[in-house]
Amino acid sequence: MATRASPVVVARRQATNAVFVGFCFLVTAIALVALALILWSLVAQGASGLNLHIFTLDTPAAGSVGGLRNAIVGSLMMCALAMLIAVAVGVLAGTWLSEYAGSSRYGSVIRFLNDVLLSAPSILIGLFVYQLLVRPFHGFSGFAGAVALAIIAVPVITRTTEDVLKLQPTSLREAGMALGSPFWHVIRTILWRASASGMITGALLAFARISGETAPLLFTALNNQFFSWNMTKPTASLPVVIFNDALTPYPDLNKLAWAAALLTAGAVLAVTILARVFSKERRSS
Amino acid sequence: MSDTARTVAGRAFTVADTHPGRRISPRGSAFDYAFQALCFAAATALLASLGGVLISLAIGGWPVLSKFGFGFLTGKTWDPVRDIYGAAGPIVDTIITSLLALMLSLPIAGGVAFFLTELCPSFLRRPIGTAVELLAGIPSIVYGMWGLFVFAPVFAAKIEIPLMGMAPPGSIWETLLSGIPNGSGILSASIILAIMILPFMAATLRELLNTVPPQVRESAYGLGATTAEVVMKVTLPYVRRGAVGAVMLGLGRALGETMAVTFIIGNSHDFPKGLFDSGATIASTIANEFNEASGLQASALIALGLVLFVLTFLVLALARLLLRNPEG
Repeated sequence: MATRASPVVVARRQATNAVFVGFCFLVTAIALVALALILWSLVAQGASGLNLHIFTLDTPAAGSVGGLRNAIVGSLMMCALAMLIAVAVGVLAGTWLSEYAGSSRYGSVIRFLNDVLLSAPSILIGLFVYQLLVRPFHGFSGFAGAVALAIIAVPVITRTTEDVLKLQPTSLREAGMALGSPFWHVIRTILWRASASGMITGALLAFARISGETAPLLFTALNNQFFSWNMTKPTASLPVVIFNDALTPYPDLNKLAWAAALLTAGAVLAVTILARVFSKERRSS
Repeated sequence: MSDTARTVAGRAFTVADTHPGRRISPRGSAFDYAFQALCFAAATALLASLGGVLISLAIGGWPVLSKFGFGFLTGKTWDPVRDIYGAAGPIVDTIITSLLALMLSLPIAGGVAFFLTELCPSFLRRPIGTAVELLAGIPSIVYGMWGLFVFAPVFAAKIEIPLMGMAPPGSIWETLLSGIPNGSGILSASIILAIMILPFMAATLRELLNTVPPQVRESAYGLGATTAEVVMKVTLPYVRRGAVGAVMLGLGRALGETMAVTFIIGNSHDFPKGLFDSGATIASTIANEFNEASGLQASALIALGLVLFVLTFLVLALARLLLRNPEG
C-alpha cells in the first residue's frame, strides 16, 4: 500500500521549496530595505530642515528665510472642514447601507460604486471640483479644496461605518425597538454608540488619507504665499507646497519641501497608529 | 402592542385610552421617515459624486472630443501652440508604466505576503505586518520626492549609463535602452510606482491569505506538502479570485497615481521610444499643465481625464467584482 516516494522526487521537491523559501526571504528583505531607505532619507533630509521658523514664518520666496506656517494652517483648515462634511455624509450613507438598504438592488449599486470611488484617481476628483466650484465661482478657494478632500474621505467612512454596524447583533436592534424607541433613535443611541470605536477608526483613516493628498488640491485650493484664515480665497497646504518647492532648482526651497514632507508623513503615520489603537480596543473586546 | 405601548415609560396615552386597540407610534417616530430619507440622500450623494465626475469630465472634454473624434485617442502629436491634441503618448505611457510597475512589484509583494503568512517567526509577524500596513499609508508625494532627489541620480549613474554602454549596437537592446540617462524616464517612473504600490499589494494579499481556514493549510502540511506546495497549490488557489482582484486594485492605483510619477517621468508628450526615454502619463500631464491651460488645451486635458476615468473604472470595477467573492 505505502509506496515510498522516490528519493529523486523528494530531492526535487525539497530543492523547489528551498528556492521558494529563499526567494520569499530575499524579496522581503529587499522590500523592507527599500522602504527603510525611503523613510531614512525622509527623516534625514526633513530633520535638517526642521527648526522653529517652520512654525512661525510663512512660505518664502526663493532665497529668503521662511517656514510653513501658512501651509500648516491651510492644511488643517481644509482637512478639518473636509472631515466635517465627510463624517456627516459618510456616517449617514454607511448607516443607510447597513440598516435600510438590505439586499436591495440600489443598495448593492451604491456599495459597488463606493468601492470604486474608494480608489478612484484623486486627480480626477480635483478636475471635477474645479468644474463644479472653481470655474463657476471664478476663483480657487479653500472651500473647493475641502470639498475635493471630502469626496475622497467619504467612501472610507461609509465603508467602515457599514462594516462596523453590520457587526452589531440583531438582538441589539430588537431590544431597542422592544423598548418602544423609534428606529432612528435606536440607531443613534444604541447602534452608533456601540460601534463608536470602529467609526472613529474609519474617520481617522480617512483623515490620514486626505492629509497627504496633493493632486485634488492643485486645481481647487491652489496655493497661497501668505498667511490667511480666509477659505474663500486660494489656500496653501503642505502637499502643494511640497510639490511646488521640490520642483524648483533652489536648495533652500527643496529643503523646505523635505521638512514639509516629513511633517506630513509624520502626521499621517501618527494618525494611522492612533486608528490602529482604536481598532485594537474594538477587536480585543 | 397598544397595551404594552401604553405602559412604556409610565406615560398615559390618551389616544389609546379613547381609542382602545389602536396602535400608537412611539414618541419621535415621526422623524423615522425623515432620518431614513436623510440616510438615503447621503448614500445617493455618493452616486451623485461619481456620476458628477463622469458628467463633468464628459462636458469639459466635449470640445476636443468632437473636434478630433477618435483621432484624439490615436494622435501622437500634443501641441498646445498649434492646438493639436493627440493623446496616444500619455495613454500608452500610462499603461506601460502601470504594467511595468505591476510586473516589478507583484513578485515582491507576493513574496512578502507568503513570508508573512507562512515563514515569518511569530515574534516578527506583527511588527513586519504592521510596518507594511503603515507604509501603505505614506502619501505618494513622499515616494515622488524620494524618486526625484535620491533615486534618480543613483539610477542614472549606476544603472542607466552602464547599461546603455553595454547594449550591443544595432540590437533591440539599443532601442529599448535609448533615452537621456538623467535618471528620469519611463523605467524610473515604473520603479517608483512599483515601490509605492508594493506595501499596499503586500498588505492586501496578506489579508487575503489570512482568510484561508487554518484546517486547509494544516491538512496540506499534514499530507507532507512543502511550504512552496502549500502556498502554490493550496492557499493561493483558495483565494485566487481575490488575489487577481488585489492585483487589479494595485493596477488601478498605479494607473491613476499622480504625484509619484510626475516628479520623475520627465514630462515629454512624444511617443516613447525606449525605457530611459522621458514620457508623461495622463495624470502627470493634467497635474503639470492644467493650471496654465485655457480654451482647447484645458478641454483636451479634461478629455484625457475622461480617458483615465474610463480606464481605471474598468480595472477597479473588475477588481471589486473579483474581491467581493474571493473564493472559488
